[in-house]
Amino acid sequence: MAEALVKSDFVGGHPADAKPFLLFRRPTARTGLVAWLTTVDHKKIGMMYGLFALSFFLLGGIEALVIRTQLIVPNNHLVSAHFYSELFTMHGTTMIFLAVMPLNSAFFNLLVPLQIGARDVAFPRLNAFSLWTFVAGAVILNVGWFIKAGAPAAGWFGYAPLTSTTFTPDISADLWTVGLEVLGLSSIVASLNFITTIINLRAPGMSMMRLPVFSWMALITSFLLIMALPSIAIALMEVIFDRHFGTNFFEVSNGGQPILWQHLFWIFGHPEVYILILPAMGYISEILPTFSRKPLFGYPIVVFSGAMIGFIGFGVWSHHMFTTGMGTVASAAFALATMAIAVPTGVKIFNWIGTLWGGHLRLRTPMMFALGFLWLFMMGGFSGIMHSAAPADLQQHNSYFVVAHFHYVLIGGSTFGLFAAMHYWFPKFFGRLVDEFWGKVSFWTIFVGFNATFFPMHFLGLNGMPRRTWTYDSNMGWSGANFFATMGAYLLGLGILIYVLTLIWSFFKGRVAGPDPWDARTLEWSIPSPPPDYNFLAIPTVHARDAWWYEKHHAEETAREQTAHVAEEAAQGGIHMPDQSWYPIVSAGALLVAGLFFAVSNYPAAISAVGVMVAAVYLWSLEGPGGYHVHPEAAAGSPGSHANSPT
Amino acid sequence: MSVAAATLDHHGDPSTATGIPNKKLLLWAFLASDCMFFGTLISTHLVYRLHPPPGNPVPTQIFNIELTSFSTFILLMSSLMMALAVNAIQRGKVRSMRSSLLVTISFGLIFLGCQVFEFNDFVFEKHVTITNSIFGSTFFTLTGTHGTHVAIGVLWLTLMYIRSFKPAAAVGGGWVGRAVLHLLVFAVAVLLAIYAVLGFAHAALATGINGTMLAAYGRSYGIAVAGTLLGMGGLRWFGREHGPVDFDAGNANDVESMGLYWHFVDIVWIVIFTAVYLLEYVYPAGPVR
Repeated sequence: MAEALVKSDFVGGHPADAKPFLLFRRPTARTGLVAWLTTVDHKKIGMMYGLFALSFFLLGGIEALVIRTQLIVPNNHLVSAHFYSELFTMHGTTMIFLAVMPLNSAFFNLLVPLQIGARDVAFPRLNAFSLWTFVAGAVILNVGWFIKAGAPAAGWFGYAPLTSTTFTPDISADLWTVGLEVLGLSSIVASLNFITTIINLRAPGMSMMRLPVFSWMALITSFLLIMALPSIAIALMEVIFDRHFGTNFFEVSNGGQPILWQHLFWIFGHPEVYILILPAMGYISEILPTFSRKPLFGYPIVVFSGAMIGFIGFGVWSHHMFTTGMGTVASAAFALATMAIAVPTGVKIFNWIGTLWGGHLRLRTPMMFALGFLWLFMMGGFSGIMHSAAPADLQQHNSYFVVAHFHYVLIGGSTFGLFAAMHYWFPKFFGRLVDEFWGKVSFWTIFVGFNATFFPMHFLGLNGMPRRTWTYDSNMGWSGANFFATMGAYLLGLGILIYVLTLIWSFFKGRVAGPDPWDARTLEWSIPSPPPDYNFLAIPTVHARDAWWYEKHHAEETAREQTAHVAEEAAQGGIHMPDQSWYPIVSAGALLVAGLFFAVSNYPAAISAVGVMVAAVYLWSLEGPGGYHVHPEAAAGSPGSHANSPT
Repeated sequence: MSVAAATLDHHGDPSTATGIPNKKLLLWAFLASDCMFFGTLISTHLVYRLHPPPGNPVPTQIFNIELTSFSTFILLMSSLMMALAVNAIQRGKVRSMRSSLLVTISFGLIFLGCQVFEFNDFVFEKHVTITNSIFGSTFFTLTGTHGTHVAIGVLWLTLMYIRSFKPAAAVGGGWVGRAVLHLLVFAVAVLLAIYAVLGFAHAALATGINGTMLAAYGRSYGIAVAGTLLGMGGLRWFGREHGPVDFDAGNANDVESMGLYWHFVDIVWIVIFTAVYLLEYVYPAGPVR
């Protein structure tokens, strides 16, 4: 234990003694803009991820509402066909890469260190770099709205040869490819950090099979990210080379084969689906037990099912390509694998039902969203199973049936999971409860609005309405369902507006929450709300799967251990905290400049900016992790007086 | 990386839950990811070699298989030297580690020089470019990405080599200026050396080695050769002993992580050499039979 408290690369000293280091003096501000720009605190980074992601979530939502308004009546000319293409391209790209993925990153950051009993992630400065790189990628993707070329318009999966210079001569495709490369870098770096954190920074006694399910899902998601993103990164690089350096990867006249893009894209794209849904399964697995007053039913099975989903997820990509004529053997194989992946997913659903079964249910707002997730995700799963049969899929391919299916899994699944999570963990990080009445109003508005929007799309699809269609004729029989769906979309938009306004109101005026307002089970609820910079006064010793539940019922043993830990740590010099740094944001800023210059083919400027980035990274490594000590136990008076106790 | 760290067991890190140092674990995860990067590039090459369009170059007619075999051998030997460097620093022998690192760097540079020669030969002698055929597109992108990895590895090795000169009593950023100068001299010497050697190779290939050729070479490349020698002298000067350094067995983990990367890049080359070069001699490119 004594060794466990010592950081191997610990460097002593206090920021007050920090020497000016080359370009940047080590920042020490604890409040204000500089504190946020240079922070290495996983909680602040998580909150910034959340803020940026929510903003993009609203932007993507507005894009969706314009799409629905365009489709409200037949032969509508509200927006031009090209602008419509920009809208659906950016709606998909924004919602996946700039809203749901970073919202999940926000929760990885906020929760993982707290759930595993750590003071921060393994590489705090690298974590800040991931955040600012994400912001850089988001800017590159969206800068098209403000320039003559326009926003990317080749669809969120950018099928070759649509992205070639023949079909997209302007730089919108360059912004799209470069922006996604930068976002991919951000995700890979963040995932490497979280893999290391979850495997290596667990508190004493926190064995892998005691890890909270959300942290397990974060681990599996991180592995999926590092294994899936390279495929699209190389595919995007091939497009970039085709566009900028005249290669022939997708140039049919010189032997290129556009079908390769589809394979490479979906080898990433299908695991990506699980990257979006596995964290939501994690939130649900934390929320359902808490509000059912029961431990999670079949914990190991839930964990292994998650791993199984991640594993099989790499072998089903071609079910997005049944119509390309792969041949019967390949079609049959991918259809079977797709059906097989429903098994671990179904197992999870049954485990959640098993958790609810016989529980003492408390229907608070997070629980409502969690139950909504169960229903809606199941609906999306059922239409997913229908797609897995290749002959049926040939009929449904590229129709609104597909649109209905993936919105049920991505809104009904991922987003409902996130709504539940935001409501559930809000009191932990802002110290105030979200208003219950308006929370429930937002739930019912979102629930009804969502189903009204997307349920009719099943029928639209089966009636032949193709997706990404700019407008349609009045004699197609699609008018009624489209009008209904658009009205539903307005209701859904209203619900999300209520949800966000309720969060904002609660941030200022919500009822003050104690450390453990839900009487929960995992370690994040054992510390004050909002958590102090150093998270844990004493690194906890974990004795059971529901670690905080155990502590609540073994107060004496816990107090004894914590007194010992605090004393040991004080003997080691106190709680060690990492120093803030300018270099993560500087290197990400240089990457942003490089990306923009590259997109407009100004290579000397782009290379110079990359040079600045490399220099910043080098100075970052010379700067070292640094660190200082805090002594909250001295301020608290008696060391061992349990700051973690529930009030 | 201080005195306290030096007493730690370099095989494990007691401060982590698994005993594996954080940096090493991160690097292993990165290598898993990098496998997928190369996997995608190699797959692209292998898919397209089965569908050559008319006029696609015949690989066996343009490869310099002897040269590539030689550079492959050199790269593999650099892995041996890397392992020796890791071993040396684990035993706390900084001077021995520096020699091994320098040989590793040189072998990496020889490999890169061979690749520069090969690319030059393909483009200017055999007229295979990245744009004029699908073979050129996949070949240059794949081997170029690998070459970039080697170059980054060489840069990393060089930075680690220079880092090993940080004085134990370093105050402020003074030694950093010295380190940057050291790196600049290193870079100039390396670039001039590659330029001079490649120039010699091209001249020798064109006319054979004789008096006229040597005289012409001296006129065109004399300054480069002199610059290289001067740079080597500079490196010798920077590398002279200065007393105790802040680099010891406590840094073994950093050197070992770098070694993992280097070995990985070498292993990837074995796969590329087999799948891109040797395969063409056993099973020539063409449509699936």
